[in-house]
Amino acid sequence: MLREGDVRIPSGCAISGIINRSGQVFSGEDILQSIALMHDRSNGLGGGFAAYGIYPEYEDYYAFHLYYEGAEGREQTESYLNYFFHVAESGEIPTKKTRSIKNPPLAWRYFVRPKPSYLLEEENEDEFVVRSVMYINAECKGAFVVSSGKNMGAFKGVGYPEDIGEYFCLDKYHGYSWTAHGRFPTNTPGWWGGAHPFTLLDWSIVHNGEISSYGANRRFLEMYGYKLSMQTDTEAITYAFDYLVRKQQLPMDVAIATLAAPFWRDIERMNSEKRALLKAVRAMYGNLLMNGPFSIILGSSQGLIALNDRLKLRSMVAATKGEFLYLASEESAIREVCPQPEKVWAPRGGEPVIATLEKRGVQGYDTEYEYAGLSY
Amino acid sequence: MIVLNAKGLYYRELNSKIREEIATGSQDIVVKNVNGQRYIGDGITGKARLTLKGTPGNDMAAFMNGLELFVEGNTQDSIGNTMNNGKIVVHGSSGDTVGYAMRGGEIYIRGNGGYRVGIHMKEYQETIPAIVLGGKAGDFLGEYMAGGVIVVLGLDLEESEEIVGSYCGTGMHGGVMYIRGEVDGYKLGKEVKVVALTEKDHEQINRYVKDYVGYFGGSYEDILAKPFSKLIPYNKRPYGNLYCGW
Repeated sequence: MLREGDVRIPSGCAISGIINRSGQVFSGEDILQSIALMHDRSNGLGGGFAAYGIYPEYEDYYAFHLYYEGAEGREQTESYLNYFFHVAESGEIPTKKTRSIKNPPLAWRYFVRPKPSYLLEEENEDEFVVRSVMYINAECKGAFVVSSGKNMGAFKGVGYPEDIGEYFCLDKYHGYSWTAHGRFPTNTPGWWGGAHPFTLLDWSIVHNGEISSYGANRRFLEMYGYKLSMQTDTEAITYAFDYLVRKQQLPMDVAIATLAAPFWRDIERMNSEKRALLKAVRAMYGNLLMNGPFSIILGSSQGLIALNDRLKLRSMVAATKGEFLYLASEESAIREVCPQPEKVWAPRGGEPVIATLEKRGVQGYDTEYEYAGLSY
Repeated sequence: MIVLNAKGLYYRELNSKIREEIATGSQDIVVKNVNGQRYIGDGITGKARLTLKGTPGNDMAAFMNGLELFVEGNTQDSIGNTMNNGKIVVHGSSGDTVGYAMRGGEIYIRGNGGYRVGIHMKEYQETIPAIVLGGKAGDFLGEYMAGGVIVVLGLDLEESEEIVGSYCGTGMHGGVMYIRGEVDGYKLGKEVKVVALTEKDHEQINRYVKDYVGYFGGSYEDILAKPFSKLIPYNKRPYGNLYCGW
């Protein structure tokens, strides 16, 4: 199959997200309906979902979703997992014969915890999992990690999102937050690992747009041990959040202001404290500035965050009803599942919509986003 | 009056139904349960009145030539793209690039417009398109505007909301914008200036406000009680020397 560099396919995309902020779980049917309404934004070369809260029976275990293109990669991966991890359960991810889904890889999942004796000095479990994900993606032939967070999972592949959802029987899962993507990693060929969402630990990103600063972002992330093996720009956004929030422990709003940095002319108009902070961020992490058009939804065990590029070159609509927050590329995709929202609005470029879970201790784990109180 | 039900219809089906109705001479068509269907009213020449209940999809009324479209709901991106003539009245808010390269007709929006409202609107002799927003507009209002009229009223805004965003009129080289109230200097594109209103400007504003109040209600006097800022371009060809200056 032709991959990045050998073929170019131009773009268009759809994203959608739904969260119940009190942590009530609901089936995948709503997100399926929402993303299916935007069918014409997709092209059948990619579709995917991230679901949070779907594995409560194994909430303390990292849920590894793996795709295998052949037996060799599976053997390699399983011997790695069995050696370094305690595997509580493993099995094939249930799928359903779906006419439009062609040549799927073998999809398998494992609920695991690292064996403590293999952790390096001062290395925590998250860190070990990240290292393992990078290892499998880079070294195990024809194997790639689709997701690796606790009590969450990603389901993605080549096809329209509604067909991918049907293939993975998402109507049978119940989660408190869901995201979806239709179409494709922009400009790169469609393959099962290249579809959105892109994940690491419980971070997931669905993205409409293209990151023209990918090369600079990639080089910066590689210096910190991230291996960008999915051959598409969106992967860099996921790792950037992981690096800034989990590794550097920056407040979430500072991380957001790193990726979608305010313009220098706007920074000059800020009060001196904020100006100093944002200038320091640009000096330290300037290489993580994401240039080019984007609208993204970041999922995690903490909640959902939607963000547009600062010039707002992609569409994004948000709406609320009761405990629910809805996000989508088009308002109609929200109204399809929530005909009468209480509030509907289009967030400004660079201005995030943040929906954190109210009961974070229950569904989330350990880390909690901090905020520097920049403006949101 | 003809009533069509758009529930679950793909845009192609819905649009061919609407076209058939117009071709058979229907003058008043109501479409209920519209949700996300694209290209409604596109490229149609005629005088019929179309009422859309719901949320029509992107590129509504592109190349439209003469229809009157009333939307009971919000609209999405790029309504009135290169529209030639006719009218759009939205009883809600609209997404980005309202009236993209619009060349004739009028768009009235009760609430807000998104980013890049009126991007590259144009005019020719007596054919002068207009966009009237009751609420606020996002960044890049009137970007590369070459002609026509944009009116922003800023009604019912909350304390934190601003009537226009940044880069207002960037690249503007024709037409005029009337913004109710003041616009901070830093928000203006390099190519625009604020000038005093003439008698003719007041006449124009009065006319658009009167129509706005006619469609959506509100007080004509109260709206006009606050002075407007008039924005025009410095120069008809701001980029004339960009690549071939001497």
